[in-house]
Amino acid sequence: MKKYSVFSLAREALRYHSGWERAWASPDPKAEYDTIIVGAGGHGLATAYYLAKEHGITNVAVLEKGWLGGGNTGRNTTIIRSNYLQPESAAIYEKARGLYEGLSQELNFNIMFSPRGVMMLCQTQHELRAMQRTAHANRLAGIETEMVSPERVKEIVPIIEIDGPRFPVLGGLWQPRGGTARHDAVAWGYARGASARGVDIIQQCAVTGIDRDASGVTGVQTTRGPIRCKKLCIVVAGSSGVLADMAGFRLPVESVALQALVSEPVKPCMDCVVMANTVHGYMSQSDKGEMVIGGGADGFNNYTQRGSFQHLEETVRALIETFPMISRLKMLRHWGGIVDMTGDRSPIIGQTPVPGIFINCGWGTGGFKAIPGSGWATAEMLAKGTPGTLAAPFSLDRFTEGRMIDESVAAAVAH
Amino acid sequence: MLILRCPYCGVDAEETDLAPGGEAHLTRHGPGSDDAEFRDYLFQRRNPRGVHFERWRHAFGCGKWFHAARCTQTLEVFGTYSAQCSEPPEEIMTAIRTRRPDWEMPA
Amino acid sequence: MSSRLATGGRRIDRSKRLSFSFNGTKLTGFEGDTLASALLANGQDLVGRSFKYHRPRGIVAAGAEEPNALVALGQGDRMEPNQRATITELFDGLSARSQNHWPSLQFDIGAINARLSRFLPAGFYYKTFMQPRAAWKHLFEPVIRKSAGLGPAPTQGDPDRYEYFYAHTDVLVAGGGIAGLAAARAAAEAGARVLLVEQDSRFGGRSATDGVVIDGTDAEAWVAEQVAALSAMPNVDLRLRTMAAGVYDHGYVTLYERAGDRDPGAAPVRHRLWRVRAGRTVTATGAIERPISFAGNDRPGVMLASAVRDYIDLYAVSPGDRTVVVTATDDGYRTALAVRDAGLDVPAVLDTRPDPKGPLVDAVRARGIRVEAGRGIAKVRGTRRVTGVDICAQAGEGAVIEHVPCECVAMAGGWSPVVHLWSHCGGKLLWDETAHHFRPDPDRPPTGADGQGFAVTAGTASGPMDTGAALADAVEAGHRAAKALGHDKGAPRIPQADGTADGPPAAVWMMPHGAGPELRGKAFLDFQNDVKVSDVQLAAQEGYQSVEHTKRYTTLGMATDQGKLSNINGLAILSDSLGAPIPEVGTTTFRPPYTPISLGAVAGEARGSLFKPVRRTPIHDWHADAGAVWEPVGDWRRPYCYPKDEESHRDAVNREITATRSGVGLLDASTLGKIIVSGPDAAAFLDLTYTNMMSSLKVGRCRYGLMCTENGFLFDDGVVVRLSEDSFLCHTTSGGSDRVHAWMEEWLQTEWWDLKVWTSNVTEQFGQIAIVGPKARSVLERLGGMDLSAEALPFMAMAEGTLGGIGVRIFRISFSGELSYEIAVPAGRARALWDMLLAEGAADGITPYGTEALHVMRAEKGYIMIGDETDGTVIPQDLNLGWAVSKKKSDFIGKRAMERSALTDPDRKQLVGLETEDPALVLPDGAHAVSGQTNRFGQQETLGHVTSTYWSPTLNRSIAMALVSGGSRRMGETLDFSLEDGRIAKARVVDPVFLDKDGERQNV
Repeated sequence: MKKYSVFSLAREALRYHSGWERAWASPDPKAEYDTIIVGAGGHGLATAYYLAKEHGITNVAVLEKGWLGGGNTGRNTTIIRSNYLQPESAAIYEKARGLYEGLSQELNFNIMFSPRGVMMLCQTQHELRAMQRTAHANRLAGIETEMVSPERVKEIVPIIEIDGPRFPVLGGLWQPRGGTARHDAVAWGYARGASARGVDIIQQCAVTGIDRDASGVTGVQTTRGPIRCKKLCIVVAGSSGVLADMAGFRLPVESVALQALVSEPVKPCMDCVVMANTVHGYMSQSDKGEMVIGGGADGFNNYTQRGSFQHLEETVRALIETFPMISRLKMLRHWGGIVDMTGDRSPIIGQTPVPGIFINCGWGTGGFKAIPGSGWATAEMLAKGTPGTLAAPFSLDRFTEGRMIDESVAAAVAH
Repeated sequence: MLILRCPYCGVDAEETDLAPGGEAHLTRHGPGSDDAEFRDYLFQRRNPRGVHFERWRHAFGCGKWFHAARCTQTLEVFGTYSAQCSEPPEEIMTAIRTRRPDWEMPA
Repeated sequence: MSSRLATGGRRIDRSKRLSFSFNGTKLTGFEGDTLASALLANGQDLVGRSFKYHRPRGIVAAGAEEPNALVALGQGDRMEPNQRATITELFDGLSARSQNHWPSLQFDIGAINARLSRFLPAGFYYKTFMQPRAAWKHLFEPVIRKSAGLGPAPTQGDPDRYEYFYAHTDVLVAGGGIAGLAAARAAAEAGARVLLVEQDSRFGGRSATDGVVIDGTDAEAWVAEQVAALSAMPNVDLRLRTMAAGVYDHGYVTLYERAGDRDPGAAPVRHRLWRVRAGRTVTATGAIERPISFAGNDRPGVMLASAVRDYIDLYAVSPGDRTVVVTATDDGYRTALAVRDAGLDVPAVLDTRPDPKGPLVDAVRARGIRVEAGRGIAKVRGTRRVTGVDICAQAGEGAVIEHVPCECVAMAGGWSPVVHLWSHCGGKLLWDETAHHFRPDPDRPPTGADGQGFAVTAGTASGPMDTGAALADAVEAGHRAAKALGHDKGAPRIPQADGTADGPPAAVWMMPHGAGPELRGKAFLDFQNDVKVSDVQLAAQEGYQSVEHTKRYTTLGMATDQGKLSNINGLAILSDSLGAPIPEVGTTTFRPPYTPISLGAVAGEARGSLFKPVRRTPIHDWHADAGAVWEPVGDWRRPYCYPKDEESHRDAVNREITATRSGVGLLDASTLGKIIVSGPDAAAFLDLTYTNMMSSLKVGRCRYGLMCTENGFLFDDGVVVRLSEDSFLCHTTSGGSDRVHAWMEEWLQTEWWDLKVWTSNVTEQFGQIAIVGPKARSVLERLGGMDLSAEALPFMAMAEGTLGGIGVRIFRISFSGELSYEIAVPAGRARALWDMLLAEGAADGITPYGTEALHVMRAEKGYIMIGDETDGTVIPQDLNLGWAVSKKKSDFIGKRAMERSALTDPDRKQLVGLETEDPALVLPDGAHAVSGQTNRFGQQETLGHVTSTYWSPTLNRSIAMALVSGGSRRMGETLDFSLEDGRIAKARVVDPVFLDKDGERQNV
């Protein structure tokens, strides 16, 4: 693999960049692999990368029905944070955030991780108390966050209106080392890293069936022919139910559309990510200058990658209340992604009822931030055949036991 | 922005007037069921890419719950019908089969 | 240099001179100008700088596809960044500034990037800026951010108004060119209701400029006739300055009307967002001309050939004295003729085709204009504007045959239908091998609720570029749309256009065909984002071979024009690099909106006080007058406390509590949810919805009840009152009434529909006032009308009657542990009763109290609060409320869930009281108890967390409640709570009932 650096860039410039190699190879599928990962999104590619890097397992194929990184990895609002309440969640998201810190150097691919800080606003007394609880939990989990005053919120985010008539800002939970990264680059960087270590990334290869015998999985049927495998890992956010169906089991997952939009680019006006949970909106400014805005999810099953315009209206209204200056910006484009929603809004990483088949799904609206940690934990599970410490709490059997990992401090407001 | 006809009041209701309620025709497993049955009832929803039976409420209209048969891939609506039934009525099944000859009711 | 011509200008009114400013310089234009035409008329060729290389950029187009001419329009709180000059109508006093340069448009430091462009190819930032690690955040990224970003960010709120319009129509026609007009007329004459919208300020599109003749009359007259006829039809609405922005599921369409942009500050509404439901949508959106990729094609003065015609014909603007036309089509010759007709020079028409022929070619030759066949441009000369072109053979590698001086280059690369609206909701496209463009596939339209296509294309938007075919297509489209909806009166007449169709265009994706790397590195595809042919080729070489990869790696088509000019050319280059046919490479997804729309319009009227309107209790105004500090609770505002004079909030709360516990307090409890459940099966139904038994409740008695989800978790609570044998009043939390009511209905309608039960949410029909404290009874008795003795109205009983002449229902229930009456009263009489109670209680020092006093008093008594002690993961047993979970009932919602292993685990967190060792220390909200160990994740192990924590003025010490693992086994233990600064606060686990454990205060 040719190393990327300012020197290689300069060298190539002199010969019109004719010497750059493919970022990842594009092999034909072999007849058999030790492990097949279905889905070349961030989570699948990261899994393949860590399988190769951490466990030396490289007889691995990542199958992708479309183009790698083309699902939710390339459609999300790129927020990275780990300020979760429950210890299980905090552990895996902080693992991910920590890996993000050094990922550009590790992959030799600038994924533009930008620890510019994430501010979660508190706009009701109830939310203030809930965030205080989270701040305590974070500190004890080794995650650097702090509760800040409305005045400090205003200092960090000058364009914010803290004395809004309806939902004044009462405080904020500030994670200074949260931030954003370039979403496509995360997929491309992992793909390049995995490919260089011998993993076969096979695009335009849709899985059409899953083969199994009495002892478990034996392979997959694809649009490029049958491929045998010993282990199969399904990492296909949005289509998890469809793949599970092929394998003959059901998942506690529903597919719904989640909305996002970007404005036209303007000069830098907001450095950090701001999340306003009471009014269901979040916003950051990309390096291009676009305001990247995330909104709500539909409540009905949907595979169209479009979603409903009214959620954007709600989100934009709410954000204009908090950021009055965005009213005169223009919406450049909006889109939807199909996300997996689980019964407790936490992900699933674990074994399935079919021996040899593993699953990673259910990240809901928050999968991007988890990619490195999720890939790392899933690779560990595939290598050892059983979930490790990080993955174990997210097993499927929690739904049987009632062992929810619920991050939504859900019961709404008080008397 | 879906439109569904409320079978009670006959209004073609905008999505903004409706509240989605998830999969229809669930069999409630209460006391006496085993853990797996109860889990399936509570969490293991059908999530097909295609024909789906689901519950909606005409929340900002007559307030009634009703059922809809809808394709999750094209958003085509095959019909809406009463919430007070445990399986789709024949005319809905006919409407689906007419437009999706290959479709089979999942077990 | 560009300039105003002495005569002509179809759109401008030379009698109305308008003054405007550009970068502070005063300029003038005419009524009817766009900002772009006025700038060109003033010789302002240079209008902006590009995104990445800060190259000087001029106006390329005359419409919505313009990539370069973006300005910051207006000033102060009405400044709007990135406004397209080409679609900005000029008005008197307009002020515009160019963007993305420093210190000035003429001299931009950022232009150094252009010199370094070879070192900054597509995706260069993925390959560098990685070392040292900290440098990305502190050095590289800030520089990149600052140099990107185009226009300035607004700094203030928006003073303008926006609104929604709603429209229902049979047929929506998007686009008011000749095709849109013809389609609208056909649909309207068939009997359909028609809404026709046009983004421009005029109907007719480019027909007049292109010299179209229809039914023997010139286009302008024909258009006027159609508009007049349509306006006269009662079933037709026409709207100008209104763009179809997005097409959505089930035929929903958003329109964007720029109603007040020409009148900033004075117009009542700036923008309208129309939400349209149309039976059929006809997209008569026309076509966009493609630029041609040659070196230097981004220099100011290089324009679309059609735009050159537009500026001459519509605005009498000369783009320069000498215009070289470079064309792959017959259509380019129209520009040559238009330029010559305006008295300007056309030094040459460079036609890439080896053997151009046809009437247009003949006409140009007949005018003595030099036509060079098989020729193209090797390179454009000039830096801040075009000074000439180097001509070469299109087939070669770019050897210069001749240099031709000129001020303008008109590019005619062929036309592509505008397919955006068709594609937004899933309409599919076909590649047309003859016209070299994607066009809608009529067999695969976007489909609606009935599974049928709901969109129809009309005119050039369908593919045909000649007028006759386009009109025939449009009439057919309009008629078909109407017919599909059952309107088929009469047979439509197809207007006849004069002239013959143009000959086929050539596919010219690279000029010259064999251009080397030097030329490819200067041939721009995406002008705004500075994406060159070489960038797309590099992406393909590096394996970014999917069209989406290429787009994202190079940023092709991701600028504010969303690739309207660049997409097809970029796609063709990619297809060539991959050796795959264009249709196999495919297109990127077309996302709404068609052109950017203001976020203000998306939000509509809902801002300020109209954003989530506040729910008010009938006593709201009294609270406001009394100086209440407000707390949002759900959609309500409730008084948090009522500070007097200089009193702190904390002092006010303590005063309110002490006054209540020692005398009498008054609480507006109107926000409590109130749901009537009635019918023969009401008791059976409540036995299913509450965890405790409700059917055993006696008429006239009250019982505290809990509701759990089917997942077993507590989600609401409140007092249930049996009003009669078959009717109950269920109180819910303030935020929960709508949710609980909907939830009851859900179970009734979808699971237990055999039960004869009716529910109604009467929360707003009743005010509710709690009068609380040892003197409460005597105040009420003085009002008179009811026997409120302990015998007549014991604890947890209900009585109906009149109090001081007002009909009331009184519940003897308590959330404070005091003698307490909650009085329900018709909402219209609530304020009167409140005032009466205040007056009557004055002698006893009656004190209104707010939510915080309520919270402290309930915590003193160990009562839970939904949302504090619960968080969606807590079951009643965790809160020592197992007594309220019936063991006798065979079923209730949540019962089965509570049998699962995780819910019966003895180590679950359970509610305990806490007394800090230091009684003055109030534990922080949410503080965690720590064991001193680390857990399996390496985190500090926690045992539980504080759920409620207060200073108790009654006990004169701090009190707290917490959920602690195995809490009920820990009575008397001392736990370590970790404070924010790392210190440990020690607290003893105690019974959460801190005050009056035997209930003597309320038992009077």
